Amino acid sequence: MKLTRLFERGEFVITAEVGPPKGFHINHLVDEINTYLKGRVSAVNVTDNQSSVMRLGSLATCKVLQDQGLTTIFQLTCRDRNRIALQSDVLSAALLGIENLLLLTGDHTTLGDNPQAKPVFDLDSVSLLHMVRKLEQGEDLAGNPLEGEPPSFAKGAVVSPCSDSVDAQLIKMEQKVKAGAEYFQTQAVYEPEKFIKFMEKAKQFGVPVMLGIVIPKSAGMAKFMNENVAGITVPAHMIEELKKNKEKTKAGITGVEISARIIKECKDYCQGVHIMALGWESKIPDLLDLACL
Amino acid sequence: MLITQLKSKEAIADLIKGKTFIINCHGCKEVYFPEYEADKIQKELSADGDIIENITRDYICSTDNLHVQLKKFMDKIQEADTILVFSCGVGVQTLARFLEDKRVYSGCDTYPLPGIQGVTPMEFDCGHCGECYLNYTGGICPITACSKSLVNGQCGGSKKGKCEVDKDMECGWERIYRKLEKLKKLNTLNYPVKIRNYQLPFDELPKDV
Ligand code: SF4
Ligand code: SF4
Repeated sequence: MKLTRLFERGEFVITAEVGPPKGFHINHLVDEINTYLKGRVSAVNVTDNQSSVMRLGSLATCKVLQDQGLTTIFQLTCRDRNRIALQSDVLSAALLGIENLLLLTGDHTTLGDNPQAKPVFDLDSVSLLHMVRKLEQGEDLAGNPLEGEPPSFAKGAVVSPCSDSVDAQLIKMEQKVKAGAEYFQTQAVYEPEKFIKFMEKAKQFGVPVMLGIVIPKSAGMAKFMNENVAGITVPAHMIEELKKNKEKTKAGITGVEISARIIKECKDYCQGVHIMALGWESKIPDLLDLACL
Repeated sequence: MLITQLKSKEAIADLIKGKTFIINCHGCKEVYFPEYEADKIQKELSADGDIIENITRDYICSTDNLHVQLKKFMDKIQEADTILVFSCGVGVQTLARFLEDKRVYSGCDTYPLPGIQGVTPMEFDCGHCGECYLNYTGGICPITACSKSLVNGQCGGSKKGKCEVDKDMECGWERIYRKLEKLKKLNTLNYPVKIRNYQLPFDELPKDV
């Protein structure tokens, strides 16, 4: 099922992100998804060697999850593949019945666990969108025709609504829309006012936007993100809230409460929510209940 | 060694907005510069556009030198709306920094020529990408100033203006945004998708010639 179909039907779309393991045994991941996510989310978004840490591939994981009856979103970054490999993998995804893509530039290789690797970046998020659109039109990036019916996807991209430079984000968002982006996922949001202001400006593009949620696990994690993660500022009062009752925070209750509050405040301004649980998939059902989704 | 190649006449004509001051650099012997063709195009452009001055200098990549060389032209330069530079990418970047409030455009693309490496000391870096992007990026080279050499805007990794790869390094795209903001030219970034071409012109030549 294409996500764009759900947006067209006016559904509030819920997706969750999962990271493949470092190894090829995925029974545990499949069990978790079947227990906590199946029936609660519209699609599962599978990361592509997230944070440049080498793991099992996104494409194969998507295929296994599709076989379990789940809808998947295949994440594809430009870090590890040149345009030949990117195009080939997109065609492979079409063959395997994957209909949703999330197209990203990708983190630099030096941030991961194989920092000696060659960073590729032959294309970037914008030209990658353009590349998929060309494939959908029946030709490759160099203009050579494809055989048979061309593939068709719901093409997604990311945007960072709470970043320091909103104007720069809007320009990039517009470039992505022009290159073919049909839906957006945002970086994690902790400042609903900023998100709402951003959406006031972004709605001119007429493309659905899914609010990004990372459940805060501890005050330490919040501070770490403030120092190191682009486009994220966890306000001081939230850090205080996480500090106040350590047991409650450790049990995940505080983080779930904060996240549900953010969703409720932003819900009317966006078309869906994308949850990046970072291993806390088990908390997603509680979060959705509390956010009345 | 480098080769500078002229952009197409249409592309160059597009850059001429208002009063235009042309600077050619015939400085170093590391760069092959198409003097004859440049002269021809500039003559044609003078016939149609408002070229208020056309000068030829050497080593404009050296900031100190540039000061002295441009001194007596500064009034005219201030008066100009556009500074059009015919040099390698380094020369254009040096001028774009030196004339920070001006629209500095490049009339050339820079390619590498395999063989002897140049020895001219330079403050700026040109990656000889073959399709100079400086006209879109406020004179800051995205190939060498961005850790991923991105040509369609910033990646999602910049934090507090620094690059995700190195917290001591300014994000090249942040610098580009700030420069264009200052020039009130942020909308130049709304260009159609750019895709790098890694094929060099001489790759297409038969190898045994
Ligand atoms: S964009 Fe940069 S690398 Fe390319 S020619 Fe211009 S200065 Fe050189
Ligand atoms: S943070 Fe800035 S300089 Fe670094 S890779 Fe991203 S866009 Fe390029």
